[in-house]
Amino acid sequence: MLKLLWLIVALPFASAAILMLFGPRFSRRATAAVGVGAIGLSALITILVAAGFLSAPPSDSSFTQVLWTWINVGGFDPQIGLRLDALSLVMVLVVTFVGFLIHLYSAEFMIEDEGYSRFFAYMNLFVASMITLLLADNLLLLMLGWEGVGLCSYLLIGFWYRDPANGRAARKAFIVTRVGDTAMLLGLFLLFNDLGTLEIQHLMQRASERWPLGSPYAVATALLLLGGAVGKSAQLPLQVWLPDAMAGPTPTSALIHAATMVTAGVYLIARTHVLFSLAPVAQFAVALVGAGTLLLAGFSALTQHDIKRVLAYSTVSQIGYMFLALGVGAWEAALFHFLTHAFFKALLFLGAGVIINALHDEHSIFRMGGLRKELPVAFWTFLIAGCSLAGLPFITAGFFSKDLIIWEAWSANHGHPGFWIAGVFGALLTSLYTFRLIFRVFFGPVGTPVTKRPGYAMTIPLVILAFFSIVAGYLKQPLLGFLDSVLPPTIATHTGGLTEIRCEAIVALAFVIGLYFAYLFHLGKRSLSEALVQNPVGSMLHQWWFAGWGFDWIYEKVFVEPFIWAAQINKSDFVDAFYRGVAQLTELFYRGLSRTQTGRLRWYAAGMAVGSVLFLAMVLFL
Amino acid sequence: MTEILMRDGLVLAGILFSLGLVSLLVRRNLIFVLMSLEVMLNAAGLAFVVAGARWHQADGQVVFVFILAMAAAEVAVGLALVVQIYRRFKSLDVDALSKMRG
Repeated sequence: MLKLLWLIVALPFASAAILMLFGPRFSRRATAAVGVGAIGLSALITILVAAGFLSAPPSDSSFTQVLWTWINVGGFDPQIGLRLDALSLVMVLVVTFVGFLIHLYSAEFMIEDEGYSRFFAYMNLFVASMITLLLADNLLLLMLGWEGVGLCSYLLIGFWYRDPANGRAARKAFIVTRVGDTAMLLGLFLLFNDLGTLEIQHLMQRASERWPLGSPYAVATALLLLGGAVGKSAQLPLQVWLPDAMAGPTPTSALIHAATMVTAGVYLIARTHVLFSLAPVAQFAVALVGAGTLLLAGFSALTQHDIKRVLAYSTVSQIGYMFLALGVGAWEAALFHFLTHAFFKALLFLGAGVIINALHDEHSIFRMGGLRKELPVAFWTFLIAGCSLAGLPFITAGFFSKDLIIWEAWSANHGHPGFWIAGVFGALLTSLYTFRLIFRVFFGPVGTPVTKRPGYAMTIPLVILAFFSIVAGYLKQPLLGFLDSVLPPTIATHTGGLTEIRCEAIVALAFVIGLYFAYLFHLGKRSLSEALVQNPVGSMLHQWWFAGWGFDWIYEKVFVEPFIWAAQINKSDFVDAFYRGVAQLTELFYRGLSRTQTGRLRWYAAGMAVGSVLFLAMVLFL
Repeated sequence: MTEILMRDGLVLAGILFSLGLVSLLVRRNLIFVLMSLEVMLNAAGLAFVVAGARWHQADGQVVFVFILAMAAAEVAVGLALVVQIYRRFKSLDVDALSKMRG
């Protein structure tokens, strides 16, 4: 069973290649069969492999399959090797399974698009790269997958490339994540330079043997890897690309920018947790980034009009929770939240896609309304996912995972009451913006009329994901136990006066308060929310949060504009000017010499005579 | 005695060569150009003969025989070309024959 591991990666790669080469000649049905089928098969094989892994756990609870040696130069021999352990198994299961559902959904969602086969080629390439990233047994191969998903993200954000704004969003996403990638690459150089390998297990072993706690090397590499993770996962201060990435097709947002790629940073940190444990400063930075991001993005989500941008900020905020969990040492809680988040956030995006499609490309939640009756499947599934995101107590998956993070932000040995307060307040914000969205879209008077209803290929994934948005919560104990073989357990130290039950009650209270305010402002008395925005302080805050706390503005002023200014000044590149001068000089000589070629015999004879006299003179007198 | 012969001979050869060169450059008629070439070749040959006499060696005269043979061959080819050129262009003006320019 485990020997089939390579097929999980190979199938999506193969179908991406087939679709790239022959896609334009296929019919839509054939394209969908190849594109969706490959991911479906991949998901099936993953389930087989998982069954094999669980029924007969390999020794030291990991399985490595080396396909071939990639490079072999001077003692540096990274391999194309796949490593399956509890961590990568959970991630791959989610990626292939949710990926399959999203592919199925896109088969109908994109049916009228002219770039149908191109879309599936990119999506399959994305899934293949993502699985490469997750299964890589060395950091170089991980980097390959990391860049592969970045490329696919770029291609899919700019999928509708005829609109320049989409191209700009795609470039922004690519360049901003590239800033993080550069940091990550430096981290890899540093690791290889000091530890002499990039194979993750050796690396972790050698790091814990050679580096003492808090050694500058560990701090530097952990911070550089954090830089990479922050870029990919859209955390402070590189979070600016994700809201704009919503320019891509909705299934892309669901797959790449909600469920899978943006959690690659979480995976990276969990994978290299030994380094972070050796560098408490870096780990504190992770928690700080997470707490800051979850609050900032939560406030921004409160003010957005575009349904997809609300969800984008919500994604940023939820990944903030995962980072917070990683930062306080609650490694397993982060993975648990990743799992539940993948289900409910993919579902929310797919639901948003149904709504946008039904309302003829209407994105503004203020022009929607009363869709409860019109789109019942979308409503119920969206409601379930929304409750899961907001953390409806004791039922939904989102509550269990978020509550675990908030509790461990308090109780873990790296926890801090400040982080706990941020988490609880973030839960309140989450509930507030989620129900604001639901009340605006599905309740109240009817806004834009519905013109199109989803078919089965779109509703079935919604229902399945809705099922998992609830049930995943009950996987808590088995999942945490399963991950024990890879991730260290959380050490609970600060319990103080707070118990887990009381913490759950407080989180539930935050949910209720958020729900109440959302009801008050967005369903009960809508005039109240308008009054809030009219009021000078309110309108200032609204604009500030709406613009994502002005990060875009700052980056525009600090990086983009000086760069464009410098580029404009140096338009005629001064290095080029030198080479252009050489070329011009050569051309000058050429013109001068070609003028002497008159075709006149006497002129040539005179030239020869003068030349030989000159040479003779040189020989005689010099 | 031989010193004076040597100097006078070389001066004469130089004068002849210069005359040939000058007429090569100023004459436009192809026949005269060929004749100037002949003068220059003979000037060079004279220099060889003088040098051979100075050192009492036969080499100078041997080279002169070579030069004669070469000059004859050159004139044969040259005159054949001149005839062809005259047929084609109805002119022997070298300045008119300047089609092969860069």
